[in-house]
Amino acid sequence: MFKSVIRLQSRLGGVITFCKVFPRHELFRNAMKYSTASAERKRFYQDVSISQGEGGLYEVNLDRRKLKTPSGKLFTVPNEALAIAVATEWDAQKDSIRFYTMHLTTLCNTALDNPTQRSKEQMISAALKFLETDTICYRVDEPPGLVELQRNEWDPVLHWIESRYNVTIGSSSSILGPEIPEGTKETFRQHLGSFSLWSLTGLEFVITQLKSLILSLGMLDRHLSVERAVLLSRLEEEYQIRRWGNVEWAHDYDMYELRARTAAGALFVHLSSESSTIKHKLMQD
Amino acid sequence: MAMASLSSPLRVCRGILKELRTIQGPSYKQSLAYNYVIDQFRKNKVTGERYCRAQQEAHHASLTYLCLLTSTRNHLALHNLYHGKGERSPEEVAGLVGLRLPTQPGGKGWEK
Repeated sequence: MFKSVIRLQSRLGGVITFCKVFPRHELFRNAMKYSTASAERKRFYQDVSISQGEGGLYEVNLDRRKLKTPSGKLFTVPNEALAIAVATEWDAQKDSIRFYTMHLTTLCNTALDNPTQRSKEQMISAALKFLETDTICYRVDEPPGLVELQRNEWDPVLHWIESRYNVTIGSSSSILGPEIPEGTKETFRQHLGSFSLWSLTGLEFVITQLKSLILSLGMLDRHLSVERAVLLSRLEEEYQIRRWGNVEWAHDYDMYELRARTAAGALFVHLSSESSTIKHKLMQD
Repeated sequence: MAMASLSSPLRVCRGILKELRTIQGPSYKQSLAYNYVIDQFRKNKVTGERYCRAQQEAHHASLTYLCLLTSTRNHLALHNLYHGKGERSPEEVAGLVGLRLPTQPGGKGWEK
């Protein structure tokens, strides 16, 4: 990040001459993949294609060059569907590359680089910690319309997850939130332990977006669609919108961004953990 | 396929292909994504089971991908509409209140 800032300033002809300290080719290589909001890269490639490399992993090619992660590693994904989706993201860029619309690419980069060196255990613990402040479990006392809305919309999801995983969670309107029993945490810990590192990266992303572990699991278990999960996550906003009106440049903007990120996260988790085979049955006439 | 309800596989497939056409223009039929999507929908179309888990999973995945494509497009559209203009240059800012920036022939001291 630091190096790309230096590169940016040297490009703008700034006074800082730190760029003399770092060799130019190294600056260029790192700045190639990094982008800050103000440095928009122009689309520098014509065709996007995928290819299968060693170990059965798929790579994405921009013209003749292989795509790399921000830290310089070769960009590889475990299956074709994810590779095609990432390639479509790169192909969708018009004159300039907008990294903030390329959610799948960002997720793959995070999973490949693991820049903060998170382990599986750390990610699982963080996810379980989130349960204590899960959106679904936090209820308001007033206004009565919102109380009822929360009860009608969130309670079914709570019941679903409690019966699906055979746990107790409960909801609370106190400032401390619900008391999550240890048994519940253990059950989820075991369940999440079966996720791969890639799937956990996706799950963490989704939890951060939806602000709820329960909604994330509900969506990943295909009990909720993306649109429904986002709606439930934004329940209070939706209530206020219905009461006071919609503001397109804030509400819709946030909603679409949340939907896009959540959908990307969900797809990422599904594709990271899939293995599909097709059984062809004989047609019997 | 029976009457296309809001989330029926036919509708979802058409939705995804429409999004791809918006992204990629008239040559979208040659794209990787187009062929993959059509292939997947064909493969999952027929099943002997009444409740086939793989089919449900594929349906959910297709809905998710459609949501991803539509939301990204809408988000970008709203971004360009409301937040895309960036900052005004100093000349424009001065012009807002009817002033002009002073010019210095020969450039300022630190300009190259």
